[in-house]
Amino acid sequence: MPITPGQELPELKVTPDRFLTVRYAGASGDFNPIHIDEEFAKQVGLPGRILHGLWSMAQVARAQTEAAGGPHTLRRLSVQFRGMGVPEQELIVTSTVRELHDGNAIVDTEAQQAGNKIIRKAEAELDLG
Amino acid sequence: MSVNTDAVGKSFPSVTYAVGREKVREYALAVGETNPVHLDVAAARAAGYADVVAPPMFAAVYSAPAVGPALFDDDVGINFAMMVHGGQEFRWGPLVVAGDEVTTTAAVKDISERGPMAFYVFESVSTNQRDETVCVGTWTNIVRGS
Repeated sequence: MPITPGQELPELKVTPDRFLTVRYAGASGDFNPIHIDEEFAKQVGLPGRILHGLWSMAQVARAQTEAAGGPHTLRRLSVQFRGMGVPEQELIVTSTVRELHDGNAIVDTEAQQAGNKIIRKAEAELDLG
Repeated sequence: MSVNTDAVGKSFPSVTYAVGREKVREYALAVGETNPVHLDVAAARAAGYADVVAPPMFAAVYSAPAVGPALFDDDVGINFAMMVHGGQEFRWGPLVVAGDEVTTTAAVKDISERGPMAFYVFESVSTNQRDETVCVGTWTNIVRGS
């Protein structure tokens, strides 16, 4: 499928289950208790355990590589973390191609849960070969 | 608040991370990857890779052991109670596969303030065993002042 400016890439929808943050902590080595300990998270003023920002960024990355045809296509991804992601709520990544140059696509993308943008102003560069 | 910028330019000891096949699979499953090149050795080899391919965001895993000490450095002086991970950029080179050894060096790229917030920007440069740059990371941490 050719990618053209203005085109919306397929949405990625994923619902992190109750224990996702525990698995991601083990997989990534980031054991900050705000992600895995409900009581600790509440003690420091959070609503409860929150998602790792880099897990959420990985969903934005996955939306790009699945649309563009594999991990080799993702040349660059920059994001700003805003708000807080939470388990057991659907996360939706949306992506729109802004421009093409030298065979690469520049994509505006963001991630939200229930309308709360947890990653915004993200920009991906995809090598379309 | 007046933020101390003396640490700008400081670099930290490099750390080498050996990329393991099961670690790549564990990470790929945790982030929901379904592409078999991340999970199945035969599929990865059929696609032309030497072993299972680390998802691009696995950069967060192999560079963390080098970046962590930079964040906690006394000269940098971040107040962790008030810190949030504000932004992240990765630029990738050749893909990393299981069996690679990735060496990362971190440095303080910039420290600045804007209103009541201080911005601490770190850069990580990761190279593989062939001295190819596989990833450059820019890590922005924001500390709210008092």
